[in-house]
Amino acid sequence: MFASKNFKVSFLFVLIGLISLYFADLEITTIDATSLSQDFFFSIFSMEFNNYSVLLEAFLRTISIAVLAIFFSIIFGAILSLFFNSLLVRISLAFTRSIHELFWALIFLQIFGLNTLTALLAIVIPYSATLAKVYAEILQENDTFTDTLRGKDKLSYFIYTKIPDALPHLISYTRYRFECALRSTAILGFVGITTLGYYLSSSFMQGLYHEVWLILIVFYVIVASIKKWFNKYTFIPLVIASFLYLDDFSGFNLANLKRFFTQDIIPYPIKNDLGLQSTISWFEKIFVNEILPGATNTLVLTQLSLLLTAILTLILFPLVSSKFTNKPTKISAHIFLVVLRSTPEYILAYIFLQLFGPSMLPAALALMLHNGSIISHLIGHDTDAMKLRIDVTKRKTELYFYEVLPRIYGQFLAFLFYRWEIIMRESAILGVLGITTLGFYIDSAIEDFRLDKMFLLLLVTAFLNILVDVISKKAREYLRATKHISACDLRQNK
Amino acid sequence: MKKILMNLLLVSSLFSQTFTFSAIPDQDETKLKERFSKLAVYLSKELNVDAKFVPIKSYSASIAAFRNKQLQLAWFGGFSGVKARLIVPNSMAIAQGVEDTEFRSYIIANVKTGLTSSDKFPKGLEGRTFTFGSKGSTSGRLMPEFFIREHLNKAPSKVFSKVGYSGNHTKTISLVQSGAYEVGAVNYKVWDAGIKAGTIDTSKVKIIWTTPTYPDYQFTVHGDLDDTYGKGFTAKLKATILNLKDKAILESFNRSGFIEAKNSDYAPILSVGKSTGLID
Repeated sequence: MFASKNFKVSFLFVLIGLISLYFADLEITTIDATSLSQDFFFSIFSMEFNNYSVLLEAFLRTISIAVLAIFFSIIFGAILSLFFNSLLVRISLAFTRSIHELFWALIFLQIFGLNTLTALLAIVIPYSATLAKVYAEILQENDTFTDTLRGKDKLSYFIYTKIPDALPHLISYTRYRFECALRSTAILGFVGITTLGYYLSSSFMQGLYHEVWLILIVFYVIVASIKKWFNKYTFIPLVIASFLYLDDFSGFNLANLKRFFTQDIIPYPIKNDLGLQSTISWFEKIFVNEILPGATNTLVLTQLSLLLTAILTLILFPLVSSKFTNKPTKISAHIFLVVLRSTPEYILAYIFLQLFGPSMLPAALALMLHNGSIISHLIGHDTDAMKLRIDVTKRKTELYFYEVLPRIYGQFLAFLFYRWEIIMRESAILGVLGITTLGFYIDSAIEDFRLDKMFLLLLVTAFLNILVDVISKKAREYLRATKHISACDLRQNK
Repeated sequence: MKKILMNLLLVSSLFSQTFTFSAIPDQDETKLKERFSKLAVYLSKELNVDAKFVPIKSYSASIAAFRNKQLQLAWFGGFSGVKARLIVPNSMAIAQGVEDTEFRSYIIANVKTGLTSSDKFPKGLEGRTFTFGSKGSTSGRLMPEFFIREHLNKAPSKVFSKVGYSGNHTKTISLVQSGAYEVGAVNYKVWDAGIKAGTIDTSKVKIIWTTPTYPDYQFTVHGDLDDTYGKGFTAKLKATILNLKDKAILESFNRSGFIEAKNSDYAPILSVGKSTGLID
């Protein structure tokens, strides 16, 4: 009787998180890492870059690719959202969404090479799918007119009533999606597209931390100032300028595309006609040695990071809430959160790897900081709008536990559920660091040039993501949390 | 605008065709850029083509680019070269460094582990944390893995408590030096160059074992270069590389010179690849 729905769901997730903690390998193995981490943090005082024109070019490229990617994603997303009732469309979109941009890039790199086309496809494909889903949900939310008020013409109802009604929500979500696109575009540099991430990872791998800081700060400024330069007045000029700047979209190669689907991803024993027996043993070997441990580690890391994210959020959100802090603290906390959420998780994880040695700890901490800072920002903002009684307690702890927390708890859980799927997708990427998640095995398959295995593992990853998506949807329905927020950075209600 | 410029460039390059080449990213990018921009100048001059070096971020991406004919020539490691030639019909190894016929890896350890150097395969590796270089590296992955399996009869993941992949040789050295990993495997050329340049702190990290020798790096080309660049081009390219005497270029390669190479030179690598299960 005492256990509310919120409590039951939280209890379950804390329990799963603790079980994951038990199974997770969090051993600290470094012998002496002080010098390296000191190097890193002190280099901020000697920031510089060896070639500023290269950096400027990477800066412009990052923005142009992100602008064009969001432009195409809006178009495809809007069209697809109209067919969102079809089960086939929904399933295929869920599938495309569940594969991380970086993996899409690695696939297209095999087919079209390292070029703008690959970068655009890697972002447009998953982003169109996300936008289609969110647009469809927003349109549904704004479908509140009764039949008699709708008139006879469905098309004019759609254009003149539904769209204008939903427009503010559509626009604000799209803007947040653009921030995601910027981050994604930058990170594509890690696989070789010459965006900011390219130079970031090069400098990082070479230990040129003074360059790393400069690139990171350039990136923080871009992200923090999005509102100033990305709005309804600048959108069209930005799209045109990006087209002209990027200029070269060639690289499409039908033969290679065909080769990928008809040869590369066909399982090795089938392609070489080795018979049913060896096909089964091929699959069995991958299942036992890679899929099982990979999926287990992915789940353990995801659930642990989800729990850590929740804890961090509960600690951090008062710092950005005017209910708890004064303006100067709030502003500095805000900057701190921008820094945390704009630093690629990969870089965060790598710093922790230097500090703590190889285990799941660096990845879990990186995911916690990144996602915790995003949700804290959202919750902090929500509490600002909260109206409390005039005679409310003056004690901060009482205010926190008896007034604010109970009021935002439902929203807090909803945000966590939305981030859940994303944490899982990101945990795959951190496999590149040597934590044997599914992403680790995908990366290995690519390095071994076994694209058939890569494809199989991608399917498994996609399946896990879809599963998490379905569970979190059910959980949200159970909690009756607000329905219309979803995917990447759910900050459109701001 | 850029397109127009590109077209102008294309027109002017009717006289000298673009010839794109790359390399596996086995060490610091600045070092690679320095090395290959010098080579580009040399090849352009000697072959009357517009030779262009494009840096590539991963071993597998360089194989993919070679396969998709976005590269005409590639400086591969033993392992990446074998993999590339398996999937690109008629491609061939044409030249290798003098030292590449007898390449080696060093097993290095953080001094605080107390591991000591020996001529025989080192004892006391079990249960340590260990890092390879890139997953696709010959000297940082394939051969060390082979020798570990040979001596301990176990996969590295069973020998060590943790196995990581640092990404490249320079990073391997810095991770073992910092103690993030206790032991690592590294390309001997990259280590020796680091010692010479003074970038390695030998009070923190040292060599504990040198592997037996094996064939490594080589230049690999497509089999049909003559169709694009004119008859006899491949032979001319090969001669140009073999005749390379420029000190600065050789030094940037850490090689004393280049000698002929053929696909069969790398048969040992192929069989090691197969025996470790890294090649089908």
